[in-house]
Amino acid sequence: MELRSQVPEGPLEKKWDQHLFDMKLVNPANKRKYNVIVVGSGLAGASAAATMSELGYNVKCFCYQDSPRRAHSIAAQGGINAAKNYQNDGDSVYRLFYDTVKGGDFRSREANVYRLAQISVNIIDQCVAQGVPFAREYGGLLANRSFGGAQVSRTFYARGQTGQQLLLGAYQALEKEIAVGSVRMYPRTEMLDLVVVDGRARGIVVRDLRTGAISSHLADAVVLATGGYGNVFYLSTNARGCNTTAIWRAHKRGAAFANPCFTQIHPTCIPVSGDYQSKLTLMSESLRNDGRVWVPRKAGDNRPPNQIPKEDRDYYLERKYPSFGNLSPRDISSRAAKQVCDEGRGVGPGGRGVYLDFHDAIQRLGEDKIRERYGNLFEMYERITDENPYKVPMRIYPASHYTMGGLWVDYNLMSTIPGCFVLGEANYSDHGANRLGASALMQGLADGYFVIPSTISNYLASNKLDAVTDDADAVRSTVQDVEERTRRLLSINGTRTPASLHRELGHIMWEYCGMGRTAEGLQTALTLIPKLREEFWQNLRVPGSGEQLNQTLEHAGRLADFLELGELMCVDALHREESCGGHFREEYQTPDGEALRNDDDFAYVAAWEYVGENVPPVLHKEPLTFESVQLSQRSYK
Amino acid sequence: MNLTLHVWRQAGPTAEGKLVKYEAHDVEPEMSFLEMLDVVNERLIESGDEPIVFDHDCREGICGACGVMINGVAHGPEIGTATCQLHMRSFRDGDVVYVEPWRSRGFPVVRDLMVDRSALDRIIASGGYVSVRTGGTPDGNDIPVPKVDADMSMDAAACIGCGACVAACPNGSASLFTAAKISHLGLLPQGQAERDGRALSMVARMDEEQFGHCTFFGECQEACPKEISIDTIVRMNRDFLRASLKRGSHAGDAGAD
Repeated sequence: MELRSQVPEGPLEKKWDQHLFDMKLVNPANKRKYNVIVVGSGLAGASAAATMSELGYNVKCFCYQDSPRRAHSIAAQGGINAAKNYQNDGDSVYRLFYDTVKGGDFRSREANVYRLAQISVNIIDQCVAQGVPFAREYGGLLANRSFGGAQVSRTFYARGQTGQQLLLGAYQALEKEIAVGSVRMYPRTEMLDLVVVDGRARGIVVRDLRTGAISSHLADAVVLATGGYGNVFYLSTNARGCNTTAIWRAHKRGAAFANPCFTQIHPTCIPVSGDYQSKLTLMSESLRNDGRVWVPRKAGDNRPPNQIPKEDRDYYLERKYPSFGNLSPRDISSRAAKQVCDEGRGVGPGGRGVYLDFHDAIQRLGEDKIRERYGNLFEMYERITDENPYKVPMRIYPASHYTMGGLWVDYNLMSTIPGCFVLGEANYSDHGANRLGASALMQGLADGYFVIPSTISNYLASNKLDAVTDDADAVRSTVQDVEERTRRLLSINGTRTPASLHRELGHIMWEYCGMGRTAEGLQTALTLIPKLREEFWQNLRVPGSGEQLNQTLEHAGRLADFLELGELMCVDALHREESCGGHFREEYQTPDGEALRNDDDFAYVAAWEYVGENVPPVLHKEPLTFESVQLSQRSYK
Repeated sequence: MNLTLHVWRQAGPTAEGKLVKYEAHDVEPEMSFLEMLDVVNERLIESGDEPIVFDHDCREGICGACGVMINGVAHGPEIGTATCQLHMRSFRDGDVVYVEPWRSRGFPVVRDLMVDRSALDRIIASGGYVSVRTGGTPDGNDIPVPKVDADMSMDAAACIGCGACVAACPNGSASLFTAAKISHLGLLPQGQAERDGRALSMVARMDEEQFGHCTFFGECQEACPKEISIDTIVRMNRDFLRASLKRGSHAGDAGAD
């Protein structure tokens, strides 16, 4: 396996424009001869499917939900970044690029990030034209707010439902194309394998979740936009159905998996309340614009928050990071929260929580203003906790939220399998070791609306693809693999439910591969996970049959892949003997507890190749060279 | 606390369904309604039975996947709350709870509590968008929108497409869903070019999908987890009437648009 980044020559600012000119085109009449499969209908998938259909390609789009509008992008709350500089506060494409590279702790590819920053401005224009109801100033122009890791206001938003509104924009564009018949939509259909013919991705094998029917779909190229793998932790802010199956199956067919240990633990989520808990709910980072984070100065101070005077409170983010304060980046804020809780200063049941307090902001701006900014988030908080955050500070704690790792892609967003493209959270490309707030929406839409439509044309125009039919050996054997695996899951007939096994995996991952990692802990995880996997294959119970709607079977299949991915995450975390971004190895820290990077030995993308069951994966390295940005220790002080 | 559930079980779209009784033990007030069902399902699987099928995904009230009738009320007793955000502190020890799927001609049952809501997607496909292609759009600030309009548009755009409005309506009408989209786009300058055609074709599609008509019971806005107002339906009716008059035709021709 060889990693060729395909980054164009030339100065950073000109690479993408030059590349657009250099890439081959498919003429409009020929586009309708090509078939493209898009898996996933979130921001990246829906925007890609709609745009490629507008260009003239025949598109098939698949999602496991009952409607493409329900993809988990819908839950993104806070906003989307763009280098518009509408606030005249010194923003620019270069600054957004710089903030993102630095925020990612210098573990992303410069050229990709620069392109992302360039395209960010087009995204806003596109979404406004579609009728996305962004927040407005009284003069009628677009409003902005601030987000973590930046000192400018460049985040566009629609109340606390920005992801929903952007997704509905992309979904509506998709429905427009479905109406004219150039996108065929397959809801309640799950991709279970990738079809590779003569080394190229030529289709997928899916299961119709209503009937259980397993079938193949063939195409000239396959686009995976299937999101992240945060549910490997069982409890996360992801939707329950979010899974790694599509990208993990592609990995096992030859796509390198990059930086799997780079996962983001979001600092502001509602703390866990019990064992039955099925998910964790995010409280948008935008709340940190006005909320102040604190814990009692002394361990064991059990007074109610409003009886603790200012001098007995520790506003630890403001104290440790005065320049960025409560808007310090996510990895840093999460670790700081863990630290104060480890010191016994956490609040709420079990001491795993910190306060996010709006008292000062309400005094300054009035309750109405705060309600206007965050009303729906406050309501959501109250519904879950039965506490009124206008009166009592919120209690928050970090939770698994986003995965920066994903399938390795080149500058054209193509994986190491030719013809298999990967967009959005499913790829690893733009966020390095830590993603800044309001950048996931930006990346999903940049990839889908503006990058893939051009790069896929270049691929199709540059390669001669022979016709493939359903009776080709590679197609038939992939279908058989899926059928066999489904039968196997149903035939174990043990005693454990998928949920109980998944919870156990989650505990292992959170304990040993979560916010703080050590060589010893990772070694422990690497003995526990294979044991759990064995338990899974020997003692799983899935009632019902495969020829019907069977949600337990769906969960079991996804968990089987998480049980393999979890191991790779630990392998990757163990090999990366440095701390960077969301990957904090406790052995590698500065005297004051910050992440200690090792640029001499680890300034590369770790891309893992699957070489067989029970065989250690093979590591390939894509060196990261920084021409424009100076490597430095990240400081938010 | 302990509850007695009567849950609708139906093996498939054409199978006959019935209410089946289950005891839910050790329910904690902090659990969500779906987490309570998870616990019941875990026990069913452990005893070799097939678990209760229901749609769910984000579990934070935004994806619109979940939704069941709880004691005859769509999404249950709390105002402005989707089923996943309904917590068991709204119930008492010993309560008897009837759990059924959305019931509407437009939403055939898939299995147990899961229904087919694809008709809502088809209503959007009939015109619930602004026909712009990717690229070539003007600068975002070239289209100023008065804040009041943007806010009202956002109120309507908050719809999560769960279908509770249909389930709550005695006529099985999808008017609130359709009107929310017509209002979201009709309140913005970007939506004006296609405003007439949108109202005509979306209303026509709603009829074709076997949904009933609106007679202003107002049950929909009570059930809506996003508290979308029936003012949007007034807006839809006005747009529809105006467009029909402009076209010089009566409403029945709308489908030909």
